[in-house]
Amino acid sequence: MEKYKFPSEEWIRAYKEELNKNKAYEEAAKDWEGDFLFIISPGEGVEKEIVFYVDLWHGKCREACMLPSREAKKTAFVLEGPYSNWKKLIMGQLDPIHAIMMRKFKLEGDMGKILRYTKAASELVKTASRIPTEFTI
Amino acid sequence: MWEITLPRTIVIADEASEYLKLIEGRKAFIVTDRVIVSLGFVDKIKSYLEEAGLDVKIFDEVEAEPSVENVLKCVEIVREYQPDWIIALGGGSSIDTAKAVWVLYERPDVKIDEINPLTKLGLRNKAKMIAIPTTSGSGSEASWAIVITDNKEKRKMELASREVVPDIVILDPEFTLSMPSRLVADTGVDALANAMEGYVSRWRNDISDVLAIAAIKIIFTYLPRSFRDSRDREAREKMHYAAMLAGAAFSNSQIGVAHAMGHAIGALFKIPHGRTISAVLIPSIEYNLREAGDRYIELAQAVGIGGENYEEILRKFIQRIRELLIEVGEPLTIRDLGISREEFEKNLDELVDKAMMSTGTIANPRIPSREDYVNLYRYAYEGRKIDF
Ligand SMILES: [Zn+2]
Repeated sequence: MEKYKFPSEEWIRAYKEELNKNKAYEEAAKDWEGDFLFIISPGEGVEKEIVFYVDLWHGKCREACMLPSREAKKTAFVLEGPYSNWKKLIMGQLDPIHAIMMRKFKLEGDMGKILRYTKAASELVKTASRIPTEFTI
Repeated sequence: MWEITLPRTIVIADEASEYLKLIEGRKAFIVTDRVIVSLGFVDKIKSYLEEAGLDVKIFDEVEAEPSVENVLKCVEIVREYQPDWIIALGGGSSIDTAKAVWVLYERPDVKIDEINPLTKLGLRNKAKMIAIPTTSGSGSEASWAIVITDNKEKRKMELASREVVPDIVILDPEFTLSMPSRLVADTGVDALANAMEGYVSRWRNDISDVLAIAAIKIIFTYLPRSFRDSRDREAREKMHYAAMLAGAAFSNSQIGVAHAMGHAIGALFKIPHGRTISAVLIPSIEYNLREAGDRYIELAQAVGIGGENYEEILRKFIQRIRELLIEVGEPLTIRDLGISREEFEKNLDELVDKAMMSTGTIANPRIPSREDYVNLYRYAYEGRKIDF
């Protein structure tokens, strides 16, 4: 099976495709409005921060791509953490909400809103786990 | 990594409330309700505080299942009064109100729905908090949860911050003796659910486990006694401690689907929290068995239930809980809550929406899909055994 390199433009596109097939996500996030920057912070072999943009709207992913920097888009939420934690998250070894509460990721944006969509958050992560991923860092 | 947050000081046993005579400060603000005033508890607390040299002001308008408006009304008075102690005296409603009021008093720039685990509040600049529960159920005295009803959106806001765990908890058994048996059951079942959900939660840890098991053991023994006889001081006292332990347990792990479903029912139909929990408790356990069977076996064994095999132990355990609920006159189904089939079906979609948005969903051992919730509610309506 073909593996997608993480982090890469191909990976985030595959993620978008997979997410849009996820019915459980769609129903859990049917009223969700809000886009994200997912940021891998520098360190652990990451030289300059790596930025993904993911636009989530009413149970669908409208857009997903890499951005040259966090300044490229102003989003409702920013989720930021070190590479190792992203890796654990994608491999399904971290519970996303718990990881945020334990500050393994830094969240900017309305946490109250995230806490009302915890099922959606867990589906976002489950979707990532389904992508055949090769971790390149 | 697990962060455990507990009250700094817990005062227990006879005359525990006399601890207030040792409090140092200028002004104490008591958050309570009229029933507590009429029982004479407020006078007693006030006199101890005055003996300690504090000026005292009282807000006695806390509602059952307190609303945002209720909180805001109280905040106005607190801001005017500028206390250095906030004292919650009453059931979970008074304690939750006091916590929310405390936050808004310290941080006028924070809106109530912004109280969440990530918001740095910086409490304790203006005041510290004492919780004196008079019911044995919610465990709010030991938890970092605040449940406030948003009447406009007909939902229960599940707010949380580690900073709102009270500085001092006073568990004075005397305050539990005047609880009517109905209230003992309604609140006691909540404590049971808090401990059970905390124990099976995906966010459980070794510390929350110890708290939950201790609470469950006490509840199985003493809840029926406390319910039957208001003069059974020992039972009332033990239940008071169990409720606090259960609060500390779920607060350091997480609530589960019974609370997610119960909060939704409570918000839409205005039914006391404990009864809504009771109505969905058994279905929630049956639903979780697939993912957390081993955890329920441990609970069963902790309360002395044995059997030939796991299946038998689990069957007996669920039967024991059913008997306990029946013994204390608690509802076993949503129908028992007095909700008509028609009314129920009409609101089902909204119940499911609300349950999906509860923090009880995320850390439950089995995370329900929408369809699961629809089924859970339907089965719970008539008390059908979960078979999915
Ligand atoms: Zn509860």
